[in-house]
Amino acid sequence: MNLIRYHAPNSAPWPALDRWSNLRDELNSLFDMPYWSGSGRTSQLFTGWSPALDLYESGDHCVAVVELPGMRKEDIDISLHDGTLTISGERKHESNNGETAQRTERYVGTFRRSIALPTRVDANKVNATYQDGILKVTLPKAEEAKPKQIQVR
Amino acid sequence: MNTLTREPRESDRSQAEQFITPPASVTEIGDGYVLEIEMPGVKKDGLEISVEDNELTIIGRRSLPVVEGTLIHRESRPENFRRVFEIDPSIDAGKIGAKIDQGLVTLSLPKADHVKPRKITVS
Repeated sequence: MNLIRYHAPNSAPWPALDRWSNLRDELNSLFDMPYWSGSGRTSQLFTGWSPALDLYESGDHCVAVVELPGMRKEDIDISLHDGTLTISGERKHESNNGETAQRTERYVGTFRRSIALPTRVDANKVNATYQDGILKVTLPKAEEAKPKQIQVR
Repeated sequence: MNTLTREPRESDRSQAEQFITPPASVTEIGDGYVLEIEMPGVKKDGLEISVEDNELTIIGRRSLPVVEGTLIHRESRPENFRRVFEIDPSIDAGKIGAKIDQGLVTLSLPKADHVKPRKITVS
């Protein structure tokens, strides 16, 4: 009979901690998934299509620039409500008979992006252009939000 | 038939310039394939398409709109686009057609005549 208790070489002193390290491995493996290294596809995995949006501010304008490749102008909606700019739309899939998809990475369906504007804008003077798959929305600031020079007399 | 869609691995590329990989779709239609790649901000003259040893490379260089003001929120990435596909030998590389419309590149890759199904008329 052996008097020294046998210890498995790799067992952790507390089994609970061992489970934690498994969990950590699981989480780490998530980061190795191809989706995490892709170009903005991470967000698509969870929320559908979420086009990239940039916002610029100058003295008298706010400009939102959104990447929307392959859309039709008519399918883009822009609305302004309570200082929040919302851009939404739908990309439709035109399917033909006899086609077989071999790889589908492009997102088809609806999207909706909202962004709170940093200042008040004049809703009647908003202007939007769509070129090369990029939507540019120019929002002139409301008079009271524009910087004012005060003359010292 | 296994076609078109095999891509070289990311690690095979050792290039100084940084590119981002745009989403693409491949559809087989009748006598060929249609390849769609999203490249917002790329104009016709920023597009570079080449075929070399079965490798189809599509590079899109952006000409982004100039916006005055300070960038206060950014989600877009500044890099240009690059995507490489290994094309199936059944594709007639000499007949590849390309167009770009609103940042969407569409390539048509017809199959070579010798692989198309053929009907033989009995005389």
